[in-house]
Amino acid sequence: MAKQAPDFANRPDNTAFTQQRLPAWQPMLSAGIVIPGFVLIGLAFIGIGVALLVTSQSIQVFEMDYTGVGNNHPCFHCSDPKPKPCVCKLNFTIDFFLKGPVFFYYGLSNYFQNYRKYSVSKDDDQLSGNLKNFESPSDTCSPYQRDNNKPIVPCGSIANSMFNDTFKLYQNVNATMKPVNFDGKGIAWWTDYNIKYRNPDTTPLRNAFNNTVKPIFWPVPAYELDPKDPANNGFINQNFLVWMRTAALPDFRKLYARINDPPYAEGLPAGSYMLEIQYNYPVLAFGGTKKVVFSNVSWMGGKNDFLGIAYLVIGTLCVLMSIVMLIVYAKFKFPEED
Amino acid sequence: TSTNGIKTSKYNPFTFLPLNLFEQFQRIANAYFLFLLVLQVIPQISSLSWFTTVVPLVLVLTVTAAKDATDDLVSKPVPPLQTFNLNNLFPVLRLRSEKWMDVQVGDIIKLENNQFVTADLLLLSSSEPLNLVYIETAELDGETNLKVRQALTVTGDLGEDVEKLADFNGERFRMEEDVTHFLFLFFGFAGPETKLMQNCGKSTFKRTSIDRLMNVLVLCIFGFLAFMCVILAIGNCLWELKAGSQFTVFLPRQDGNSAGFSAFLTFWSYVIILNTVVPISLYVSVEIIRLGNSFYIDWDRKMYHPRNDTPAEARTTTLNEELGQIKYVFSDKTGTLTQNIMTFNKCSINGKSYGDVFDYAGQRLDITEHTDPVDFSFNPLADPRFVFHDHALVEAVKLENPEVHAFFRLLALCHTVMAEEKKEGELSYQAQSPDEGALVTAARNFGFVFRSRTPDSVSIVEMGEQRRYELLAILDFNNVRKRMSVIVRSPEGKLRLYCKGADTIVYERLHQSCGKLMDVTTEHMNEFAGEGLRTLALAYRDLDQEYFSQWKQRHHEVSTSLDDRDGRLDELYEEIETDLQLLGATAIEDKLQDGVPQTIEQLAKADIKVWVLTGDKQETAENIGYSCNLLREEMNEVFVLSGNSPEDVRRELRSEHVGTEQEGCGRPSSPPGKRGKVLPDEAVNGEYGLVVNGHSLGYPLERSMELDFLRTACMCKAVICCRVTPLQKAQVVELVEEYKQAVTLAIGDGANDVSMIKAAHIGVGISGQEGMQAVLSSDYSFAQFRFLQRLLLVHGRWSYLRMCKFLRYFFYKNFTFTFVHFWYAFFCGFSAQTVYDEWFITLYNLVYTALPVLGMSLFDQDVNDKWSFQHPELYLPGQLNLYFSKKAFFKCALHSCYSSLVLFFIPYAAMHDTVRADGKDVADYQSFALLTQTCLLFTVTIQLGLEMSYWTAVNTLFVVGSLVMYFAVTFTMYSNGMFLALPSAFPFVGTARNSLNQPNIWLTILLTSILCVLPVVTCRFLFIQLCPTINDKVRQAKTKDPPLPRRARIRRTSSRRSGYAFSHAQGYGDLVTSGRFLRRPAPSRSSGLAHAGRSTTSFSPMGRSAGYSPTGRPQNAKVQDVEVTSLQMYRSVRDPAL
Repeated sequence: MAKQAPDFANRPDNTAFTQQRLPAWQPMLSAGIVIPGFVLIGLAFIGIGVALLVTSQSIQVFEMDYTGVGNNHPCFHCSDPKPKPCVCKLNFTIDFFLKGPVFFYYGLSNYFQNYRKYSVSKDDDQLSGNLKNFESPSDTCSPYQRDNNKPIVPCGSIANSMFNDTFKLYQNVNATMKPVNFDGKGIAWWTDYNIKYRNPDTTPLRNAFNNTVKPIFWPVPAYELDPKDPANNGFINQNFLVWMRTAALPDFRKLYARINDPPYAEGLPAGSYMLEIQYNYPVLAFGGTKKVVFSNVSWMGGKNDFLGIAYLVIGTLCVLMSIVMLIVYAKFKFPEED
Repeated sequence: TSTNGIKTSKYNPFTFLPLNLFEQFQRIANAYFLFLLVLQVIPQISSLSWFTTVVPLVLVLTVTAAKDATDDLVSKPVPPLQTFNLNNLFPVLRLRSEKWMDVQVGDIIKLENNQFVTADLLLLSSSEPLNLVYIETAELDGETNLKVRQALTVTGDLGEDVEKLADFNGERFRMEEDVTHFLFLFFGFAGPETKLMQNCGKSTFKRTSIDRLMNVLVLCIFGFLAFMCVILAIGNCLWELKAGSQFTVFLPRQDGNSAGFSAFLTFWSYVIILNTVVPISLYVSVEIIRLGNSFYIDWDRKMYHPRNDTPAEARTTTLNEELGQIKYVFSDKTGTLTQNIMTFNKCSINGKSYGDVFDYAGQRLDITEHTDPVDFSFNPLADPRFVFHDHALVEAVKLENPEVHAFFRLLALCHTVMAEEKKEGELSYQAQSPDEGALVTAARNFGFVFRSRTPDSVSIVEMGEQRRYELLAILDFNNVRKRMSVIVRSPEGKLRLYCKGADTIVYERLHQSCGKLMDVTTEHMNEFAGEGLRTLALAYRDLDQEYFSQWKQRHHEVSTSLDDRDGRLDELYEEIETDLQLLGATAIEDKLQDGVPQTIEQLAKADIKVWVLTGDKQETAENIGYSCNLLREEMNEVFVLSGNSPEDVRRELRSEHVGTEQEGCGRPSSPPGKRGKVLPDEAVNGEYGLVVNGHSLGYPLERSMELDFLRTACMCKAVICCRVTPLQKAQVVELVEEYKQAVTLAIGDGANDVSMIKAAHIGVGISGQEGMQAVLSSDYSFAQFRFLQRLLLVHGRWSYLRMCKFLRYFFYKNFTFTFVHFWYAFFCGFSAQTVYDEWFITLYNLVYTALPVLGMSLFDQDVNDKWSFQHPELYLPGQLNLYFSKKAFFKCALHSCYSSLVLFFIPYAAMHDTVRADGKDVADYQSFALLTQTCLLFTVTIQLGLEMSYWTAVNTLFVVGSLVMYFAVTFTMYSNGMFLALPSAFPFVGTARNSLNQPNIWLTILLTSILCVLPVVTCRFLFIQLCPTINDKVRQAKTKDPPLPRRARIRRTSSRRSGYAFSHAQGYGDLVTSGRFLRRPAPSRSSGLAHAGRSTTSFSPMGRSAGYSPTGRPQNAKVQDVEVTSLQMYRSVRDPAL
């Protein structure tokens, strides 16, 4: 009936997009999806939770506090910061076979490595071996930027506060102290000692540190951190790297060494041991504690029961909720047709 | 010297940047981010790098500036001014061609036929007889009919005498396009002072209720932010006192910093970190979403009107979601609800009804487009656009049935239509009202062609035979008489009076002999009225010469007498219009626009109240009210408010209150005038309608009665206000806006609707006609009233839904993001340490989560358009503000709180003291940050998936793409190359590689995301089962296709008798018969120009069926709303105060 169509110049395009007819999946929270979904998720979570918990339970951990609180603690005499250096010996007995590979950690608590001003107090350029920043460290390092007008290398609070207790472990075998070798390498991230932290190209390394001073709290300059291994010095000293990877939370543990020399590579046999600690690092002043931890690991890392338990709890809740939903659905079944 | 150029754009290329930036920084959010930026450069405070703020800020400013620039470029299509040449007559007596922009006030201008006029002008003289000009004001007020303007005798007599004209020293007047050959004009107002510019002057900036709510919420959020920062600052102070002061050995501390000062700095540091609760990208995203949804309106084919090639247009892109919350619709009638096309549909002649089509079995058939129309080819002068379906009538004409002939002869003679015959056989009529035109056109097609008239004769072609009737008198129409008559002498010399008028009036004057015919005709008229047709009764009377001469003599005396001339004339007319013989009745359909009754029914189902505000008479308006389903027979009562004094109106209002049986219907004891008072909706038993008359409406709009009025009006299902002025239209809208916390929409097509369109929250203009004024001031425009249901029920609903989903989700994702910082503060000594990588903070809102949520807000639809129409109830949640309110916002915040707790403490507990599978560190700050941000991103993405009910491929792409993007960007930023290039900018090198290859990290991510989402799913599922909303029900049902909507034709069985077909003003009888000017006193109208926004039509062209507009634009012409004739109007313009 239409008269000769004028021209429909203004007629909108007839596409699915402009007409809002794009094909679409329109999911709904229907009983058929939600209830089986909950059951499945619940069962899967219970399975994961059991696996995690079993794994976590299988990890052996042996830890000791050595802050030195209390008169009868062997390290008590060292807890007073004045006499330095101070060595304390910690005798202990492991009454199970600590399966290897065993990792040796030190742990600090109430230590705020995540305090913002602390955690930014470093110079990434300097630590990646940029000599310009040796001369003039970045402002972020303040107040550990310069000492007597000489640039501090490595500058900043983190480096300055590097943990400097040292440990030696002996197994008491028939009253003789048999040393257990600590391997202080392979404890930091590959990216840290290959990419992020690099020494300047200068050889010998110490020349790069001319006209700089060591961090105030450090007994030795950076290029002498590991007297035994020249390659483990400067910014790529692995203990330094571990320290520089600041912890997320105020209670943390950091890897000190691995025990992977025979015969202890298989594990630490049950028996009595003696840990010789060079006690340098003051923590009592701020209410912190120090501890050492022997632990092995699994595919899921260190011992942590929480994840397993959480999975179990949530999985169970899911299953329970699905039952509740089923009851509700059966009772108040929402009328399909209107 | 001042120029006439009208400037509507805001910027020029040089001022754009500073002006736009200045404007943008006036927005509180942008200013706030500037302030943050300042904070960030203070080293003691800065807890985040500067780029975390700069990047989003620059992006936001750029996007907004781009939008502003395009808006400015395309804004306001004002009629072009500079392009027309015209002859400009300067006082120096030379005719000169000038451009409009160079014309000065005081110039005298000669315009020729079909020239555009862009200034206010005063008509001095014209080439036409009587110094008339026909002008079209479509550009000004949307009315396509030609209007008559007449020059003053004084100036008109000057004619073409240029010198005399140049001496003229007068007043001013406004002119538009003319169809006259030439005319002289005096240039009145120019440039910014023109009526056009003055009228469209200040349009208030409209904001949506969501906007207002958002402003409140943003303030609340600021408060909340300050509150959080204060808590953290206090925490910092305590921590400093307790732990920090001892921890100094290792902390980089300047001396002399007290805990209090540290807390102060911490406060500002946290202001920076927690700034993401006030999301800067929110406003930009909201604008983008609105823009997108506006485009959908522009693109919608179902709102495209092919007949005049007009698509719908969203002229404002900032109001979309408000379309989903409309509670009151204020509609104009003419041109909006009706097409203003009158069609001669049926008639009853001498007791026989014509117009219906019957099949062979005698069953009445519905007339459709396929019904065979009557062939008028026997009549070379027939109007091809006229359509009639009943062949019986043509047969009757051809059989020379005398009554039928008399019937059409009457229609051809008794009117005040002007005929124009430019070419032989090409007639066009200029009718004062469309009804009249329809009748004359009907007569024309049935073989009684009105050809031409002179002041004392009418020439018609009767069945091919030219006849000239001597016109002896026109007894003109007016509102009291409700009829018009002519007295003619036929070529044979017979004197006859033809009368047409309202049935009741005509019946009173019939001869007794018509009794039986009267009964049959009444029955027919009732039938016609039941179908919503307008009826007129036709009658004639043979006069004898002697009586007439005597009457004529008295008529002459009265006409020349001075006192009470009108009254005495009426008496005289009364006297001769007696003992009439009934001929029959006509039925004219005031054609509704397509789909109007269905649309109104749909809107009613969606609980949208439709108020019709019209300039028409009560009777016409009521009629239309019934025919478009607004008023219904089954309504308990239809109140009429028509009191003439405040007391009457008050009494009427009160009595209606009693009628509605409101228990405890307490008087509005609270003194009215308390602004901000919200009138609650009241429960009403039964359905009521209210019809308010214009002169009564004035009283309720006063302070003392407005509450009474509003209360009554809002209890009624339908309200019709007739005879309202444009100002009153706006007042009614404002009244509802003020006391009802409801969103209003006004829809109209003419200049008289502009005020209402501007006053309402949303103004809709009917476009596609010549008129621009309503459209220009509207927010949305489309061609047909019926598109309103699609605009509201589909686009509006979707926009609202999308906007609310967007806001809820946006606040959720940002709050969740931010609250994690808050929890972390308790574990980092309140040191304003961030939980996430700075890059993540920078990109979270802009890159990682922007597109998925935009995708949702552009594509989401809970149910498709068909279902939206099927269940108009789906519209209700929008009216009740259910999807986004303070409560919903609070729920969002709580949900975020839960999510952030999970997001912080699950990784916290899972990572505590744990190590990698090779014994190395994984509980370090960087790994923890990566873990938490990955958990967050998964959580918010899954949450988005839950919100989304319409997954298109684009959505999937956006969601998956954003996650992929996250990992791609993260691995890139944590890569060796980036670090080596800029060590201090990318300190997270290696973190992703070293931690994301650990199974316990992924197990933590899985646990966290699932734990965040499970309670939500549970709650939603239980709510759907226990108390499903209408949406849930429809969504459940929509797996099937919606049943096809029944398109049952609405058959009314109305016993109402419609009014007479005249809806127009005092007729032009005088003008037709007189050779001179009218000498009637001007009515006491205040000022012509003040009313010029209203239409002051005189000759209006008619619609399709009888269309003969000289401009060839037959549709949707506008009937006059005001009863001032142009001539009277012209007189009133001469008010010297101007």
